[in-house]
Amino acid sequence: MNTIRNFMLRLLFIAVLLALWEAAVKLLEVPAFLLPTPSAIGVALYRGTISGLYQENIGITLTETALGFVFGSAGGLLLGTGIALSRRFDYFMSPIIVMFQAMPKVALAPLIIVWFGLGMTSKVVNAALVCFFPLMINTIVGLRSADEDRISLMRSLAASPWQIFVMLRIPNALPYIFAGLEIAMIFALIGAIVGEFVGAQAGLGMLIQSMNFTMDVAGQFSILLILSVVGLLLNMSVTLVRKRLLFWDPASRQAGIKPDKL
Amino acid sequence: MDAPQTPVMGGEMIAVRQLTKRFGSAGAPVLALSDIDFSVNEGELVVVVGPSGCGKSTLLRILAGLMPSSEGQAFLGGTPIAGPRRDIGVVFQSPVLFPWRSVLKNALLPADVQRLDREKLRDRAMALLKLVGLEGFEHRYPWELSGGMQQRVALVRALIHDPALLLMDEPFGALDAMTREQMNQELQRIWMERRKTVLFITHSIGEAVYLADRVLVMTPRPGRIADILKIDLPRPRGLDVMNTPAFGAYVKRIRTGLNASGGIE
Ligand SMILES: Nc1ncnc2c1ncn2[C@@H]1O[C@H](COP(=O)(O)OP(=O)(O)OP(=O)(O)O)[C@@H](O)[C@H]1O
Ligand SMILES: [Mg+2]
Repeated sequence: MNTIRNFMLRLLFIAVLLALWEAAVKLLEVPAFLLPTPSAIGVALYRGTISGLYQENIGITLTETALGFVFGSAGGLLLGTGIALSRRFDYFMSPIIVMFQAMPKVALAPLIIVWFGLGMTSKVVNAALVCFFPLMINTIVGLRSADEDRISLMRSLAASPWQIFVMLRIPNALPYIFAGLEIAMIFALIGAIVGEFVGAQAGLGMLIQSMNFTMDVAGQFSILLILSVVGLLLNMSVTLVRKRLLFWDPASRQAGIKPDKL
Repeated sequence: MDAPQTPVMGGEMIAVRQLTKRFGSAGAPVLALSDIDFSVNEGELVVVVGPSGCGKSTLLRILAGLMPSSEGQAFLGGTPIAGPRRDIGVVFQSPVLFPWRSVLKNALLPADVQRLDREKLRDRAMALLKLVGLEGFEHRYPWELSGGMQQRVALVRALIHDPALLLMDEPFGALDAMTREQMNQELQRIWMERRKTVLFITHSIGEAVYLADRVLVMTPRPGRIADILKIDLPRPRGLDVMNTPAFGAYVKRIRTGLNASGGIE
């Protein structure tokens, strides 16, 4: 499938689509504030990059996303482990968790801006919050889903609960944890952008918001393009690590199949 | 544990006394084992045959210390079984390998769990893997192996810490007839060399007669012992022993015993 010929055909296909788009907008005289032409989007992208405006804001959004991802994932991992290990902890935490889980976390964004201000902190908190749950849930499920036969085997060797945890439960949980990380990575970006929409002084979300006021639709499209590339790269980076680390996992051995546990 | 074992034949290794096992709720209990009584002497190879669901695996799990009995008791070397022990090797019905461990590392799992001398056991693992025909596969992963090869890894893993007692639950049930006969020969060889006590479960009558010093025949659920049969065939037994009249007579007797007990329910 992936021959050079097919690759060229693919490029050609995209080029034809873009050309049709361009022609349709021009022929039908669609106003630029409704739908810009691909060339106008290209120009916007060029201008934003030349002035350094885009790079600066990409940097800010990426930092917020990365910090949120790290804190949120670490928190989810820790709490998930605690819950999987201790029935008592699970018992007391679960009502709170069920309540928070059902709530769309982005709805908290306005409050978080009030609590943490317009700066970066509020976006990091926002991103961390949406990352937290997929990680926590997947950690719990992963640690608890160790195969009964494997547990029996470990027990028959007179393994201690700690050994069963380290030698069996943790490796068994890794595919689940990585599925959680893949989701969390994208969620973190969404959290950061939503935070910027609600109130920010910088970042790609803030740029989109301000371009919306000035009806710079081509500019918005150019940022959407950047965001989808950024999202793709972030997701690919996690997938790459997963395939390296979890070469033994059936889902990682097959190309193009993503374990979606949520 | 690694000291050379002086084969003291005659001492009781396993003693099972009026053992009964019930599963499930008090309202609708499932009686899996009923009033089981037998012993296995040190160095003896005893095979349990019985129809599917008669409680063979349950018996093995009780002996491995993985679950308690409901009534009666089981003893290992004179002490009541209170939990898993390090000097037992268990082979389960399925290979139960860890996909994140290579073949060699899977075989060395008991060494890791019991913190044994890894270097020494590594050589032993290599030798055992060679013995079961897995030379060159040491660094492969379980998913790269056929089912039969995986089961052989499980056998090596059960032998690696040189346990005095081997509990084997239909270890070769998933193998093709030829590989299975090979594995039976291998097992006999290992057993004759190292004089371990072996409790081997199967539902193949031929396999039972070929391997056993004694065969325990079980009834369908609830499992009881229908017959205990001493197999007097000279060792080492070659595969051609299966064509002898004596072998045929044993097979016939076990089959009759199974059929008779099967007819009751
Ligand atoms: N954990 C359990 N809970 C409830 N019932 C069980 C449990 N384990 C086994 N049983 C029941 O006990 C009976 C004996 O099961 P067991 O697995 O020991 O049979 P078996 O002789 O090993 O069969 P097979 O040859 O098919 O492996 C079965 O009827 C089964 O339904
Ligand atoms: Mg069974």
